[in-house]
Amino acid sequence: MDIDLITNILFATFKTGTPLILIALGEMVCEKSGVLNLGQEGMLLVGAVVGFIAASVTGNYFLATFCAIFAGMGMAFLFGYLSITLASNQVATGLALTIFGGGLSAFLGTNYIGIGLEGIQVWSVPLLSDIPVIGKVLFQHDPLVYLTLALFALVFWVFRSTRLGLKIRAVGENPEAANAIGINVQQIRFMAVLFGGAMTGLAGAYLSLVYTPMWSDGMSAGRGWIALSLVVFASWKAERILLGAYLFGFASILHLVLQGTRFEVPPNIMAMLPYAATIIVLVWLSSDAIKTKMSAPKSIGQPYRPLA
Amino acid sequence: MMKKHKNWQRWVTSAALALGLSTGAMAEDPMKVGFVYVGPVGDYGWSYEHDRGRMEAQKFFGDKIETTFVEKVPEGADAERVIRQMAQSGHDLIFTTSFGFMNPTEKVAKRFPKVFFEHATGYKRAKNLSTYVLRTYEGRYVSGIAAGMMTKTNTIGYIASFPIPEVIRDINSVYMAAKSVNPDVKIKIMWVSTWYDPVKESEAANALIDQGVDVLIQHTDSPAPLMAAEKRGVKAIGQASDMSKFAPNAHMFSIRDDWAPHYIKTIQEIMDGTWKPEDFWGGFAEDMLVVASVNDNLPADVKTAVTKAHDDIKSGKLKPFTGPMKSNEGKLVIEAGHTLTDEELAGVNWFIEGIDATIPK
Repeated sequence: MDIDLITNILFATFKTGTPLILIALGEMVCEKSGVLNLGQEGMLLVGAVVGFIAASVTGNYFLATFCAIFAGMGMAFLFGYLSITLASNQVATGLALTIFGGGLSAFLGTNYIGIGLEGIQVWSVPLLSDIPVIGKVLFQHDPLVYLTLALFALVFWVFRSTRLGLKIRAVGENPEAANAIGINVQQIRFMAVLFGGAMTGLAGAYLSLVYTPMWSDGMSAGRGWIALSLVVFASWKAERILLGAYLFGFASILHLVLQGTRFEVPPNIMAMLPYAATIIVLVWLSSDAIKTKMSAPKSIGQPYRPLA
Repeated sequence: MMKKHKNWQRWVTSAALALGLSTGAMAEDPMKVGFVYVGPVGDYGWSYEHDRGRMEAQKFFGDKIETTFVEKVPEGADAERVIRQMAQSGHDLIFTTSFGFMNPTEKVAKRFPKVFFEHATGYKRAKNLSTYVLRTYEGRYVSGIAAGMMTKTNTIGYIASFPIPEVIRDINSVYMAAKSVNPDVKIKIMWVSTWYDPVKESEAANALIDQGVDVLIQHTDSPAPLMAAEKRGVKAIGQASDMSKFAPNAHMFSIRDDWAPHYIKTIQEIMDGTWKPEDFWGGFAEDMLVVASVNDNLPADVKTAVTKAHDDIKSGKLKPFTGPMKSNEGKLVIEAGHTLTDEELAGVNWFIEGIDATIPK
């Protein structure tokens, strides 16, 4: 394996990992606050289609990216209203959101099938991008790859050293206690859900404006679900999400590159792996002792109804 | 959105029509034809083309037929329910358009002997159940000719979905054609284990280009590989739909599926009472495969060779799977002078000599 090939693999790893990081970070914040949103796939598709429509109508990618973010937030608002304000079952509401998003995006995108766009172009970092190997791997990406790293830093910092991070965690661990010390549980949860929607909408824009600048039904192909399992794998830690997403990206690229060599892994096993791993983790997590060890938010999935 | 609106209007009209019928005012009611799709009609690939076939048939017969479809039907227990419901709701003819609908279709066909069924890509037939399939390998042969002539690195990339006979057959077809015009050509195969996942297809395309491939052929449904080819400055061939718009420079041509001739023919046969169960294979000769949007930037000799291969296959002069042919394990798989029958084509599970790869188990 020559150096060019390794460079290309690492370069592709960053691209593949990016949408997963965005979705998973958003979902992590959401779950930290005690809300389990299984509607990622639906929000992702709506973000992707709205971003694509905005870009084809206006030709302005900056604006289109914002439209995608707002679309994701709109979906998240719907979810928040049902699951937080009306205290509906989070799992059922999330699944409904996924189904709704799939249908809505297909409906909105009908007239945009079969069109390709230029897409958001690469934005090389001056000077740094000229460094051999590292320059190509790290500094010759589209703006969203860098933005994702910045957002990671933001989330990491919020949970590590801010009051806001503490509040979100308190709400997710023990909403009654948080309420008792004067934190507005529902408000915090709603904000977390909206943040999750914004991140997933952005990931949608990444799919339809960067990775494959086009729209077709169901183009996310289950990435929302993979990100969801990534959050659990990373045991609700931002740095592990970053690592896990890049690892996942690396593995999926490597698996393609290794085909036809003696290190080959049967493709069907590879295709099944993320889903099989998710099932195992979920079964494993159904034990309370392990849940504590994994630092899962205690009140995750439980709607909170203020007494007043 | 306008399309949806029209559908809705049609639905209302047909509902009104049905109401009119129930009062017994009309003499002849339109024949009801149902379609079951595995993907969304907006996939711009397999299901999209089936739905275009449906719309063409609707246009052709006008108000003599009424068509309905159900999209995104999972291959499994749900499919049986959908097909049964269609049969129960008065459909005269039902097309089920994915391999995985085979057993459910057979089951429902048995229960509704007066309804006609047509199942795409399967092999189970009955008194009221036919199968139909495309000779995709004919399109691949033409693709292979163009790819063999255009590659400068002598390496063609093939993005493959699953190791089933159709895909294996098509890989062989590409390779034998490419080899006939370029003796040094190699083929790199990448299995992605999906029919449709733009991100994964794009990754595979890039990984192939990284390994020196400069012509891409895909057996998956999204235009992502073409877009990757455009970005990286290599060539590619579109699959199932006309994908020229996605890659103005990279796109050489698309091998487009066209199901309309078969749908129109079948509906006509049922109207005339001449329908018989059969195993139907359609290709260039039946206009069910079309070489679409040949790029102007192709060299003249490549264009000529593409047209010639197409015409020779269409006229029956050229039959790709004609012996003697050896597998890449050295076994004689087609005897000298023999051309594979349709039944044998459906069971191809070997790579021909020269393909440096094994079929995943």
